[in-house]
Amino acid sequence: MEIPFTVAERPDTGLNNGKIGIWLFLASEVMLFGALFASYLMLRIGATVWPRGDSILNVPLATVNTIVLISSSVTMVMAWASLKRNDFGKFRLFQGLTILAGLCFLGIKYVEYSAKFHHGLLPSKNTFLAIYFTLTGLHGLHVIGGMVVNGYLWGPGAKLWKTDPEHFTNRVENSGLFWHFVDLVWIFLFPVLYLL
Amino acid sequence: MGDHADIDRQVRTYILVFVSLMALTIITVTISRFHLPVPAAVTVALIVACIKGGLVASYFMHLISERKLIYWVLGFTVACFFAVLLLPLWTHFDPILNH
Repeated sequence: MEIPFTVAERPDTGLNNGKIGIWLFLASEVMLFGALFASYLMLRIGATVWPRGDSILNVPLATVNTIVLISSSVTMVMAWASLKRNDFGKFRLFQGLTILAGLCFLGIKYVEYSAKFHHGLLPSKNTFLAIYFTLTGLHGLHVIGGMVVNGYLWGPGAKLWKTDPEHFTNRVENSGLFWHFVDLVWIFLFPVLYLL
Repeated sequence: MGDHADIDRQVRTYILVFVSLMALTIITVTISRFHLPVPAAVTVALIVACIKGGLVASYFMHLISERKLIYWVLGFTVACFFAVLLLPLWTHFDPILNH
């Protein structure tokens, strides 16, 4: 039996099920990160001293990572636009670039984490590092999750394009929404943790 | 044909947004080098981050032309998000706790 409203819009909402599903999921993600941002706020205003992020963290590397993640958001939306233009080859290119950018982001994060661990700057050292590792670690897990889905749609999942291109385009749009959300979270994490 | 022209127009917008996001990232980093007092630094950094976030949500996530139901879901979420953010502030400035 075919699942209804994977392509067609529901008459009551004007949206297909996937679109509603991903936005509800993103709403729950907003609350997850919201709770952690609130924890950061509570720890910061309750602390007698709080270090400036740039005195401990590597701002140039984080700036490069910001540029990488913003660029990946553009390639992601270009991958979706390519499918809308029926250009599957371009989709493969842009989706591949998005995955590469995700790998690059994680590689830079690995370098950053390694340097911290090497200097004994562990989460147990102080509350700043504890919340830094919690927030960036959770964000990193989201990057990995997004890459797995994007990788699937770039590889084996792309078979759907041949049989049901509209359904496949919807899937790419929904995975893109998640990827842009990951970018959006980083846009706030970067100044809050590194620059203030 | 109309659809393709529409997508072409959207792609031009994406590129403009990308350039704006890059410029705003440079502005964020440059301002942080002035070592402003914490309240001013927080205000400026959050304003720039909100503009960047707004651009990503509006254009890359297509919220600028989304259905009403999505706006309702997000409106409710944003209200809850700010309530969660304000909770630590309320407890911090509670006159009974601080007595």
